[in-house]
Amino acid sequence: MKLKSRKLKKTTVIDFATYIGVVLAFIIMNTLKNQGMLTRSLTGQLIPICCYIVMAVSLNLTVGILGELSLGHAGFMSVGAFSGVVAAMSLQTVIPSEPLRLAIALVVGAIFAAIAGTLVGIPVLRLRGDYLAIVTLAFGEIIKELINCLIIGVDETGLHIVFNATGTKSVNDLGLSEAGRVLIKGAQGATGTQTIASFTAGFILIMISLVVILNLVRSRSGRAIMALRDNRIAAESVGINVTKYKLMAFVTSAALAGAAGALYGLNFSNLVATKFDFNTSILVLVFVVLGGLGNIWGSIIAATVLTILPEALRGFDDYRMLIYAIVLILVMLATNNPQMKTLFAKLIPVRRGEKVNG
Amino acid sequence: MKKVISLVMVMAMVMCLMAGCGSTTETADPTEAPAETEAETDTTADTASEGGSFYIGGIGPITGDNAIYGMAVMNGAQIAVDEINAAGGINGYPIEYKFEDDVADGETAVNAYNNLMDWGMQVLVGPVTTGSAISVSAKVYEERVFALTPSASSPDVTAGKDNMFQLCFTDPNQGSGAAVYMGANMADSKVAVIYRNDDAYSQGIRDTFVAEAANQNLEVVYEGTFTEDTATDFSVQLTAAQAAGADVVFLPIYYQPASVILAQANAMGYTPTFFGVDGMDGILTLEGFDTSLAEGVMVLTPFSADAQDELTKTFVAEYNERFGETPNQFAADGYDCVYAIKQAMENAGCTPDMSAEEICNAMVEQFTSMSFSGLTGTDMTWSTAGEVSKMPVAVVIENGVYVSAQ
Repeated sequence: MKLKSRKLKKTTVIDFATYIGVVLAFIIMNTLKNQGMLTRSLTGQLIPICCYIVMAVSLNLTVGILGELSLGHAGFMSVGAFSGVVAAMSLQTVIPSEPLRLAIALVVGAIFAAIAGTLVGIPVLRLRGDYLAIVTLAFGEIIKELINCLIIGVDETGLHIVFNATGTKSVNDLGLSEAGRVLIKGAQGATGTQTIASFTAGFILIMISLVVILNLVRSRSGRAIMALRDNRIAAESVGINVTKYKLMAFVTSAALAGAAGALYGLNFSNLVATKFDFNTSILVLVFVVLGGLGNIWGSIIAATVLTILPEALRGFDDYRMLIYAIVLILVMLATNNPQMKTLFAKLIPVRRGEKVNG
Repeated sequence: MKKVISLVMVMAMVMCLMAGCGSTTETADPTEAPAETEAETDTTADTASEGGSFYIGGIGPITGDNAIYGMAVMNGAQIAVDEINAAGGINGYPIEYKFEDDVADGETAVNAYNNLMDWGMQVLVGPVTTGSAISVSAKVYEERVFALTPSASSPDVTAGKDNMFQLCFTDPNQGSGAAVYMGANMADSKVAVIYRNDDAYSQGIRDTFVAEAANQNLEVVYEGTFTEDTATDFSVQLTAAQAAGADVVFLPIYYQPASVILAQANAMGYTPTFFGVDGMDGILTLEGFDTSLAEGVMVLTPFSADAQDELTKTFVAEYNERFGETPNQFAADGYDCVYAIKQAMENAGCTPDMSAEEICNAMVEQFTSMSFSGLTGTDMTWSTAGEVSKMPVAVVIENGVYVSAQ
């Protein structure tokens, strides 16, 4: 590695270290899992962890790299989750292969979330700072309400969709044939979903997100995006198209969140829209802030640790969430402590280079 | 500087401990993780080979908004377990009982389930809430663990799973049961329904209630909805219900929003008959709620704490003494679940050295053929679909306690 670091740029080294770290972690966890050496508690969390990692990494693109505070990230996850579940369940008879169906579901989830991202992004990205945060927050809530009104079923003639805005319609209004199945029952969410998500798919999704985001950040477009974050007026003055680059980052982030949502949705047999509320958005934001704004591998570690932590603390019974909160505060204090920072800088020389490059 | 470094080291060690068996995917130390997991598997192997006791697990919310339900089930089941252990256990073997928190969230419920399986659970009492139960039911079906939920009432919980059973009424039964009761006892009344349309439980009961009300000569004059985020103000819905001339307000919702509705209706001087289902149970033990507001509220529930039979009296006395409050329906459900499992295990002659799957098969056979009498009903039977059949009872709140409506 030392030999390489002389030749390669420091950012490139960090990027490759991130890839290698994720691949190694996957290989180790997968081997342990296959040999039955992991506890069931941890095995059960592998796929949600993958989803949260992708969520954190993608939100980092908006918050850390584009520099806009978005509080509606769970909304995109929700769009992806429900469209992914509908795609996977309605193709059940057409495509028997589970991995293929999962892949299609992830793509469908990403596309729908990207469409939602574009629709929201065009008006919203004209706002700045607090206003953008408020509007994205509202968007997340609107998505939740809309999905609560959605009743979807499938039979041999295709998809049947009823929009239950008044709250008086029910599954019977779908007009399904006898062979039909109800996929989403409004407030009752998607139930009876076949759980086809796999850890391997989660790993591949993480790798794809990393490749997309890291390449975007290190590209010309990425530099334009970061220029916008650092000084908007200066960036505009050199001819950077503000709307285009902002939208690029925002939509990419939304699409990845959609794919993560689809994976998440297909890991549980029951999914309700209220799961993707404000709290989930904040949870993902906590991952990003704790891992460091703009720091991709930091997001990965923060998402992993903070997903496992509440479960690992089950031994503390009633004090579980209290200890979780204390740990969060301690980590925030520790990472912000100047003495701690100098210590880290001494221990890991690479970090210094990273700071310069943002 | 030394101090700082030692502080850092301590912090690092604490963090490692916290991550615990997690050993984060990123920094997973290959030498450390196997050692820990070995220890885990060792303990489960021990418990199985000792053959000392049955491992019964429970899942439900003991923190968060729905904590009253989870706490009640946990305490009710605990009383049953202690009684059984004191009386010599099941087939001579004692019960080990462990209850895990799920905050009424599907993802956490699955985590809690996996946690219990690591512990060596053989039979599950739970999950308490519907959403969690649907998520966990897919896992128990896949892995052949017998589960009896005390209170998850959606038909989706048991649909298509032969080893998931319910001890409570299903939502359709509650909705139509309430309509039938109103039709028989308050004929020709005008009914307003206020329900939460982003909640599976509430929407499910409303659907069947409205469908059955049409057959029962009940006129539904108004339907008001709210969501989790708008559950703090009901003046719009109440004013509309009053304007529509409703003399019965049907509330197929949980006790928390119901308490707000009762307070606001009282403030605006609107006094219809409020009618709730099992989610309303718990309102009397809600912290900071003035129970005089609940005077005259009717609740459709299978359990009433003032029933005069010996079983109920002992249970209520015991619960009062240990937990300092009158048990609600959920506590009784939790209690009954443990006894129903005991009865089935005794009939089938289960022993603790049987695997969860063997016990599961024996239990499925017993549950579909046996009849069980407990606190929440006599001669309960189960269909092969996992639904229970028993009679609902309507109670009315008088002077802060439930009294049978007739």
